[in-house]
Amino acid sequence: MRHHLAIVTALILAVGSLLTAAPSHAQSKSEIVIGVQCDRTGPTQIVGTVLCPAFHDYIALVNSRGGVDGHPIKAIEIDHEYKVPPAVESYERHKKEGAVTMAVYGTPQIYALTAKLTEDRIPGTSPGFGSAAAADGARYPFIFPIAATYWSQGAAAVDFVKKQLGGNLKGKKIAYIFYDNPAGREPIEVIEDLATKEGFQLKTFAVPPPGVEMGAQALDIAQRFRADFVIAHLFGGAPSVSIKEFKRVGYPLRKVVSFVWGAAEANIDGAGGFAVAEGYYAMQFAGVGTDYPVLNEIRDMYKKQGKEPPKEMASTVFYNRGVLIAALHVEAIRNALKAKPDGKLTGNDTKAGFEKISNFTLGGLVPPLKITATDHEGGGLVQIWQVKGGKFEKVTDWFAAYQDVVGKHIKEAAKK
Amino acid sequence: MIHRECGVLKTTYEADMALYPLPIARWTVGVLAVLFFLVVPMTVHEYYLSLANLVWIAIIGALGLNILVGYTGQVSIGHGAFMSVGAYTAANLATRLGSPWPVNLLAGGLMAALVGAVVGIPSLRIKGLYLAIATLAGQLIIEWTINHVTFISGGVQASIEVARPRVGPMVLSTQRDMYYFLLVFVGLAIVGTLNLMRSRIGRAFIAIRDHDIAAELIGINIFRYKLLAFAISSFYAGVTGVLYTYFLGIANYEQFQITVSIDYLAMIIIGGLGSVLGSIFGAIFVTLLPIGIRYAMEAFGGVFFSPQTVLNLIPNLRLMLFGALIILFLVVEPDGLNRLWRNIRNYFRVWPFAY
Repeated sequence: MRHHLAIVTALILAVGSLLTAAPSHAQSKSEIVIGVQCDRTGPTQIVGTVLCPAFHDYIALVNSRGGVDGHPIKAIEIDHEYKVPPAVESYERHKKEGAVTMAVYGTPQIYALTAKLTEDRIPGTSPGFGSAAAADGARYPFIFPIAATYWSQGAAAVDFVKKQLGGNLKGKKIAYIFYDNPAGREPIEVIEDLATKEGFQLKTFAVPPPGVEMGAQALDIAQRFRADFVIAHLFGGAPSVSIKEFKRVGYPLRKVVSFVWGAAEANIDGAGGFAVAEGYYAMQFAGVGTDYPVLNEIRDMYKKQGKEPPKEMASTVFYNRGVLIAALHVEAIRNALKAKPDGKLTGNDTKAGFEKISNFTLGGLVPPLKITATDHEGGGLVQIWQVKGGKFEKVTDWFAAYQDVVGKHIKEAAKK
Repeated sequence: MIHRECGVLKTTYEADMALYPLPIARWTVGVLAVLFFLVVPMTVHEYYLSLANLVWIAIIGALGLNILVGYTGQVSIGHGAFMSVGAYTAANLATRLGSPWPVNLLAGGLMAALVGAVVGIPSLRIKGLYLAIATLAGQLIIEWTINHVTFISGGVQASIEVARPRVGPMVLSTQRDMYYFLLVFVGLAIVGTLNLMRSRIGRAFIAIRDHDIAAELIGINIFRYKLLAFAISSFYAGVTGVLYTYFLGIANYEQFQITVSIDYLAMIIIGGLGSVLGSIFGAIFVTLLPIGIRYAMEAFGGVFFSPQTVLNLIPNLRLMLFGALIILFLVVEPDGLNRLWRNIRNYFRVWPFAY
């Protein structure tokens, strides 16, 4: 009995010390809250389990150096399992906690929260998902894609293919294989436009959800259509399957370029490893690999605490994306604090902060985005990396292509 | 409801058929109405109202599904799709014709009822698991159609933004506005279902559930009533979809996928098949329990683990706990939370004189 009492007392003391520790830990300046949504348990967990820890690592790094201008940053994470009602709850919780910016996660979630974010005047980010039309800052003032949208990715892919095929696409055959959902179909209109502009023959191949069966499509692309190049836009487990199937039908992977959600180590591992996927091109909106100053700083931070760096860092594509998202949020807060040093930020201030982000590259991990009041995408910059010798190797530097065509579509969408 | 029923002597048929025959039951309903219409929205933070709103939407949907599955005995895994039919009907009407929300709400419900009745046709020949698969096909066909027919979906993104509903000069946009807006329909749905189930139609549904051949023998037109059950259930689903659309300000196809249908089935099974109160309990349970578990973990997780580990543990443990609690409740009481509540109530009814 006495033993139990001791345990209970110890527990109460521990809880009590935690509770009292919190305010003393807080620095003299007020805390700034970021709302983070995450999917560590739902259908996109291969992304969330790496991306979210990276987000927190970057915030911890910022806080270990005294925060932003002395203001500590607090990132409150809520997991929504990729479902919409929990995302609504998460949004309201973040709002209650005083979040001045929100890292929303998931396409249906950003759609569902667009009206609320706009009414409550809190900027929300949708890097790599959501609607491409949200790049228009005038139409969607509080939605920030902050990374290349599917339209920009489609344009960049065509540009890359053009360079790979010798600078001229006239008469060439390009296959577009996509996951048959709205996100998968979104870039088609842009690629179709480019097909008329550049004179290549485009054929689209839909892969029905859940995207684990595409033998017929791969065979069609390789042997009937005989594509000169393939642009793949697949999600979840589908990219791995596509690599396997192209391999099986004997289509060379150095003629395949994938959009950003088929571009991670996890996708390559799922296909049987880097040796299998040799030659495969992958599009990225954040730098790949471990060789960036900010990642060294995170490792140093762990070393100082006497810990090993987290295993998530090995999955560099998703980890670096997490760092990128966190860094852009912090940068927006930094810009907002410059304009308002008292630290009493509102969503309007951080919105203005996002719109001042320019040439913030974090040593090459982040593209040199230029986000303005009208362009919330920041230029639609991507890099192409190739699977080569057991790892990803950089093929191109940051580039954007056909921004006039993309811009035309954004304008048309805004009229709706 | 919490009441004792001694000394109730009915002298008229009206008194005998009243929804709440006892004065204390009427008072309880009155107190609950005052609580939810006045006290709660006036006192609590908007965040809690947003939780309530999610629960309200779930209640209407769960009631609809319970009419079909719980009362009529026809399994359906197409509830999410019927919601999307309502949502897209309303969204298209709102954006193309600019019609006001009451019209859209009704149209969305009726369109869903129509589609639901069509999807329900196989129920005339097949039952049980077979019917479940047929409605699953319905779900997938509707999903596919919305996904591919841009006339319905309003473009490749398959999402249509809808303006906030207006009541007179007021634009309903905050969670508090939405709370009242949705609560009215929750009230209507509850009263509607309660009344439906003691009407001729409701009794026919129950007869079909208990034994359809016997029901046919006593003169119930199975064809008509099975389709009617599908239509009414889908009407509720359609209305839920429309309300959800107005709540979020957008109709998006990914909000109504098969997982939503499964969630609603879980609600009515946990809550109790064939009971109005069960639908309400189930909706509350499935919507709020994960949130409650998360709060508990946030409060106590830090005692045992590092913050990073806690962040990773919370969602996973929440799923496990949620699953475990569902199993626990169903083992303790296979008839659902409603039965559990009735057992507790019956115990206290004669308490402390149990014998």
